[in-house]
Formats: sequence, C-alpha cells, structure tokens
Amino acid sequence: MQALSKEDMARRVARDIPDGAYVNLGIGMPTQVANYVSDDRHVIYHSENGILGVGPAPAPGEENPDLINAGKQFVTLLPGGCYFDNADSFAMMRGGHLDIAVLGAFQVSASGDLASWATNDLSEPPAVGGAMDLAVGARRLCVLMKHCTRDGEPKILPECEYPLTGKGVVNRIYTDLAVLDVTDSGLRVVELVGDNTLEQVQAVTGAPLLPPES
Amino acid sequence: MINKIGSSMAEAVSVVKDGDVVMIGGFGSSGIPLELIEALRRHAPKDLTIISNNAGVAEEGIASLLRDGLVRKMMCSFPRSKGSVWLQKRYKEGSIEFELVPQGTLGERIRAAGAGLAAFYTPTAYGTLLAEGKETREFNGRGYVLETALHADVALIRGEKGDAWGNLTYNTAGRNFNPSMATAARTTIAEVKQIVEVGDLDPEAVVTPGIFVDTVVLQEGLLDASA
Repeated sequence: MQALSKEDMARRVARDIPDGAYVNLGIGMPTQVANYVSDDRHVIYHSENGILGVGPAPAPGEENPDLINAGKQFVTLLPGGCYFDNADSFAMMRGGHLDIAVLGAFQVSASGDLASWATNDLSEPPAVGGAMDLAVGARRLCVLMKHCTRDGEPKILPECEYPLTGKGVVNRIYTDLAVLDVTDSGLRVVELVGDNTLEQVQAVTGAPLLPPES
Repeated sequence: MINKIGSSMAEAVSVVKDGDVVMIGGFGSSGIPLELIEALRRHAPKDLTIISNNAGVAEEGIASLLRDGLVRKMMCSFPRSKGSVWLQKRYKEGSIEFELVPQGTLGERIRAAGAGLAAFYTPTAYGTLLAEGKETREFNGRGYVLETALHADVALIRGEKGDAWGNLTYNTAGRNFNPSMATAARTTIAEVKQIVEVGDLDPEAVVTPGIFVDTVVLQEGLLDASA
C-alpha cells in the first residue's frame, strides 16, 4: 500500500485550509501544516497561550523569551497580530470562533470520538492542555495522524479504547493512507492515497468504511 | 498615598503560610515569575497547593518547589513538558495529590473566582474521564459540565512594567494566566522588569488594573545571585 510521508500528510491538510481561515494547529505534526499553506491564501494562526497572527520561527539570536507557541517553540508575530490572556484565548477556542483546528490523535471512533490525551497507562501523570477545549469549540475539527500504530494496529475504531478528548467532535481524518469524513451514516472515504484500494485501507481500519460519494 | 511597591522578593512572599493555595502565572517558559518562585522556595512554606498551567521543567520554577517537598497538591493542565522530572517523580512515588484540569476550564475557574461567580457550565470534557463524578446538564441539546470557581490565598504573577498603583503591562505572550490569576487571589504579588511613575503607563495599554494587585516587586537578579 502507498503511504504518504509526514511532510506530504501535512501538505495534504494544508490544501484544505481556505483563504481567510482562523486556524489552530496542535502540537507535533499538525504544526507542520503551516509550512505548506500556499502563499496566496491569507490564514491567521491562533496559539492557545494567547496569540493571533503567529509567524514563523525567529532568526537565531532574535528570540523573545516570552514569545512561544503552544509547543513551547519560539515564534514571531506577523503584522496585524495581537496578544491576549488565557481567558480571551479560550473564549476563541471554546466559543466557536476558530474555523479549523488540526490535532493529532491516538484513536478516532466511527462516530468522531477523539482520544488524544492519555493511554490507559496511568503510571505517568496525564496531560491534556487545551485539547478538550479545541475539541468542543472549533467549528471544524480535523485529525492528522498515521492510519495505524507503530505495531500496525488500527487507530480508527468502532469505539475508542483510550480516554476521550471529546465525544463526536471529529469532522475529518487525514492519514498516510486516506482522507475520511465522519458522517451521520459512518466513515466515508473522501480519497485514497495513490493506488490504494478501499479494500486495502478497510483491512487496516477497525470501523467500516463507506465508498467515496460519486 | 497608595504605594504598592514592595521592598524585596523575600518580603513580598513572606505572606505565604503553610497550607496556602498559591496560583503561579506562566505558560511553558513564558511569563513565569521565576524570582518570586525562588523567593518562595527560600521562604519554604509547607503543604502548598500550587495552581499553574505547567509543573516546571528541570530544577526551575515550580519544579524546584516540588523538589524541595513544599507542595502537597498540584493542579495543572499540562505537567508533561519535556524535562518535567520532579512532577513525574512526586506523582509516581505518590507523595503529592495531582488534579488534571483542561486548560480552558482551569482558566475559566480562575476567572470565575475573580469575577465573583460560584460556578459555570462548560462543554469542555463532557463525556470524558475528566467530567466523571461532576454534575452535568443539557442546554439546547448539548451536554455541559458544572465547574466551580477556583480561589487562591496568594497569586504570584509576572508583568513587564508596573507602577505604584499596581497597574501592569505584559511582554507579548507572557500575559497568559497572569491577568486572571491577579483577580482570583486574596493577595496578588507581581514581579516586574521595570517600575515606572504613576501616570507613565498608557491607560489604553494597561492590561491588569491596579485594583487587582497588592504588591509590585522589581526583579532583583535573585536567580543570578543564587548560583
């Protein structure tokens, strides 16, 4: 089966970010999406710690110690950008003001349940950050993740086995093998990577897949 | 005459008593009152409840309070930043109580306390482990969780500029939890980089009005001196 590289996965999500969108990108792979959004689209990035208009990383030596993103990396502010406190930032997130959020995930269920913050191993202190607020608040929630775990187990399941981040919150799943939409009738294939067939992708997916709408 | 300028970090944090609930501003490495935390560590009150977004990394900030055994309970949203070894150690050995709160809920509980609200309903965490045992209710067909206000005895925050009336500005994203924590504690102490004359701050640019602040202390290089 053909599988996209991490860069190409981020590039694929970037294609769907429309001009004028207010977007929050989660820690890790989702952050890379910003690198691939075409220059002719004006997208405003939100960072949960209180920034709208997040710009690229600063040149070495130009870092402002307080100007970081949610992943704790140094960033810059674009012209027109602004700062605000936690309460305003989460009003934007929880209050439905962000057009799109892109998050990573451990598991996604057929009904769009998202599990992204904890496994069932509670020997380590769990961490959730702002994921639950984004999950309920973003107008459109996209998941960007590998289709299967490192051990080849499906991450798309009838029900999540790990603790939920949000219930019925995911709209679209981008993986290295396919793009899927969460619909009222189940998971529908939007596109398959390369020459992958529905049967091949179904074989590594825990929940039933509906064929693309013709 | 109102003069909220404190004489030293040590004097400012001497109000913290054993068993106090202490809010500490900051997000990751940004906007943390590191000198106030160091002064608190030296003051060494016991059995503290610390409320902050993160739990400190390496030997810095809140991590140093955990290391020194001053913390009975930690409340935060993201204790697993790279290098958060002391929180992990204390958690694993079971020597602290740990409460995980989604970041927006943590912030809103703090905001509610400062705004005189007892509780609020949020859709965040509905149907998840973090809502277990909590009262829930439906509004317009959507599920919400009841969350209560979070008060503190003392808030330690960091501003950029401050004046004798307690008015504060911040540096970029260093704002984060600092303004809301300032409202939610009985005593709020602000560490600032610069103290200016009353009237020098642009009133349009004041982020935290002085009414929420009790003491403003100028950074004194406490961490450089402790080497």
